[in-house]
Amino acid sequence: MTAGSTAVVAHVEEGHAREGGISNVILGMLLFITSEIMFFAGLFAAYFSLRAAAPGWPPPEFEGKLLWLPSAEHVIPVVTIATILLVLSSWTCQVGVWGIRRGDHTALVRGIGVTVVLGAIFLAMQLYDYTVLYSEEVRLDAGPFGTTYYTLTGFHGAHVLGGVIMLSVVLYRAMAGQFSKDHHDMVEAASIYWHFVDIVWILLFSTLYIIPNVR
Amino acid sequence: MATTALTPAATGARAGLYDWLTTTDHKKIGILYLINSLLMFFLGGILALVVRAQLAVPALIEHGLAAPGFKVVSESFYNQAFTIHASLMLFLFIIPILAGFGNYVVPLMIGAPDMAFPRINALSFWMLPLAGMMILTGFLVGGAAAAGWTSYSPLAQAKYSGVGEDLWIVGVILIGTSSILGAINFLVTIFKMRAPGMTMFRMPIMVWTILVTSTLVLMATPVLTSALIMLFIDRNYGGHFFNPATGGSAILWQNVFWFYSHPAVYIMVLPAMGIVSEILPVFSRKPLFGYKAFVFATAAIGALGFSVWAHHMFTTGQVALGFFSFMTFLIAIPTGVKMFNWTATMYKGQLSFATPMLYALGFLTMFLIGGINGAFSAAVPVDFALHDTYWVVAHLHYVLFGGSVFGVFAGIYYWFPKMFGRKLGEGLGKIQFVIMFIGFNLTFFPMHILGLDGMPRRIANYSPDAGWSDLNLLATIGGFTIALSMVPFLWNVFTTLRNGEPAGDDPWEGNTLEWATSSPPPPYNFDRLPEIRSERPVFDARHGLAGGGHG
Repeated sequence: MTAGSTAVVAHVEEGHAREGGISNVILGMLLFITSEIMFFAGLFAAYFSLRAAAPGWPPPEFEGKLLWLPSAEHVIPVVTIATILLVLSSWTCQVGVWGIRRGDHTALVRGIGVTVVLGAIFLAMQLYDYTVLYSEEVRLDAGPFGTTYYTLTGFHGAHVLGGVIMLSVVLYRAMAGQFSKDHHDMVEAASIYWHFVDIVWILLFSTLYIIPNVR
Repeated sequence: MATTALTPAATGARAGLYDWLTTTDHKKIGILYLINSLLMFFLGGILALVVRAQLAVPALIEHGLAAPGFKVVSESFYNQAFTIHASLMLFLFIIPILAGFGNYVVPLMIGAPDMAFPRINALSFWMLPLAGMMILTGFLVGGAAAAGWTSYSPLAQAKYSGVGEDLWIVGVILIGTSSILGAINFLVTIFKMRAPGMTMFRMPIMVWTILVTSTLVLMATPVLTSALIMLFIDRNYGGHFFNPATGGSAILWQNVFWFYSHPAVYIMVLPAMGIVSEILPVFSRKPLFGYKAFVFATAAIGALGFSVWAHHMFTTGQVALGFFSFMTFLIAIPTGVKMFNWTATMYKGQLSFATPMLYALGFLTMFLIGGINGAFSAAVPVDFALHDTYWVVAHLHYVLFGGSVFGVFAGIYYWFPKMFGRKLGEGLGKIQFVIMFIGFNLTFFPMHILGLDGMPRRIANYSPDAGWSDLNLLATIGGFTIALSMVPFLWNVFTTLRNGEPAGDDPWEGNTLEWATSSPPPPYNFDRLPEIRSERPVFDARHGLAGGGHG
């Protein structure tokens, strides 16, 4: 390539950069989240459609077995604690983002580090919830209730796991000093994803846990 | 760019192959899409011939050409053949080949050096051969998917469908993921990578159709993914989504499936409309008539596409008939706008009939028939009579073959010189067009009559007394005629690549930016860009309307 043509290409690329606005990475993440919303919309549609047709929800045989109902052993239901932790993790994540926007590396590492830990605790609590439910015969193959419950919470859990992995990479790169005030698109993108996962959980918690208990 | 200069020139066939396997260049990935898709087109075509051969048997017996009781394939294999035929054609041929054209031309058309995410672009492509292998592996493990490409429950449940169905599900999920990543890539590229001066309303129509298609993929394909995952859970982990016997809902599957699969029809035809909209102005020597109307019509088709899915489900009695019928009729309006624009573009134009133009005209005429017989079946009582008959098969092939496939070949003949620097032979191209056009109508026009006579889809055999034998024989002859038309095509590609006529940068006197660079373009696409003052920058530069290039 000649020197002249390099100059032209550089000029063209400069033109792209000059447009400013949202970065490619963040726009890509927002579009990806759009597709994720539609994915969960499909699962929610299935849930409501099956629930509307069911004679009882939850089915009578599960009465008293579900962990989110206060019982003798669990005065505060496990899932409620998990929910509070996940909402809290959205805040700690954002504290990290605000930190790097000021150029504060310590705040970034601390914020993301705490978020990763909270995400992992959420997953552990969900796993605990599953094992107890499973032992009480609330299973994936136990009618539409069990099928939708495990599918919806399971796919959300998979997204939490994905978020934890993504944020761990962010954490590693933050500790290696790869982000700065003006260069931290990945942090922004990962945090948007994490907030999205959190919002899905709030919808799921309301749908699966709160609404069935309102009588 | 500096890296390109510093890397020692790769030598030998092995280095070339390695280069293609690891490339992130949108042009090479685009060509890989094309090759993979055409391969799937041929495999899917062979399966179609199996189907057609079997359906000609009653006529052959009648004419004493086959012994009574003769079968080309077993009923079980017949079901696999039509299922995998449709799956390959839709998911691994039409959708990816249009994405392949998009990959090749979109960055060129907007003056960008590459796609926004080149490595994700490579990932999107490489999922496709993997998915194809998974779906086809079904044939080796006791039978491929055989529940139709629509995979309705309970037929698709574990009780009736074997492991081939699971391979099909996973394969289609992979293809969907590839499409979604590709759509994100296209959207970011189009929104963020346009050259200075390339405003949204100066983008070629092809880019607009890819933009709308990508939006459809982004919003519709994930719903199919969720449906397929639910089906997989039903089949393998004892789920109860779609099994009515245990509290599930078979209609639920149809809703989520068609929520994707109707927009998917537009995913499969909009980019073909884009290709035709690039070709008609060039070979009419006129700008496209009503550019903005065309853009808004494309967006309208995309938006309306989400509100018509249940017209596939009229006979279930579970959907709002009036609403979905009305919305389906509405789609005819933006489509009619486009038909008008294309016709008006050619009106009083200086027409020349090179091969790309012939295919574009084939698209126009055949897609018109497919549109009209589709709008006809949107009327609920008509649909009740025609549902699941060969009428539907005729309609969908007039849209997807008469429309999309003719558009695809228009695109191949139009951009081949850009991709490989040589022009495909005009003589062989025209021979192929004539054979394919005749074969296509011979195959699919009789299916209208068969449908009206009540012949159902997806049957391997029928009574010789039904009166369907002769038209089926005609359709089978047509099917083999289409297959024959691939011989001049492949010969054309083979001889052109060896010693075809060098094309030069701009063999058609084109309008859009891909013709402003060399054929094939350098890895970085452009040495210099002409000034962009309209949607036809290369036309402007040729006629000195925009001054010299800048930079």
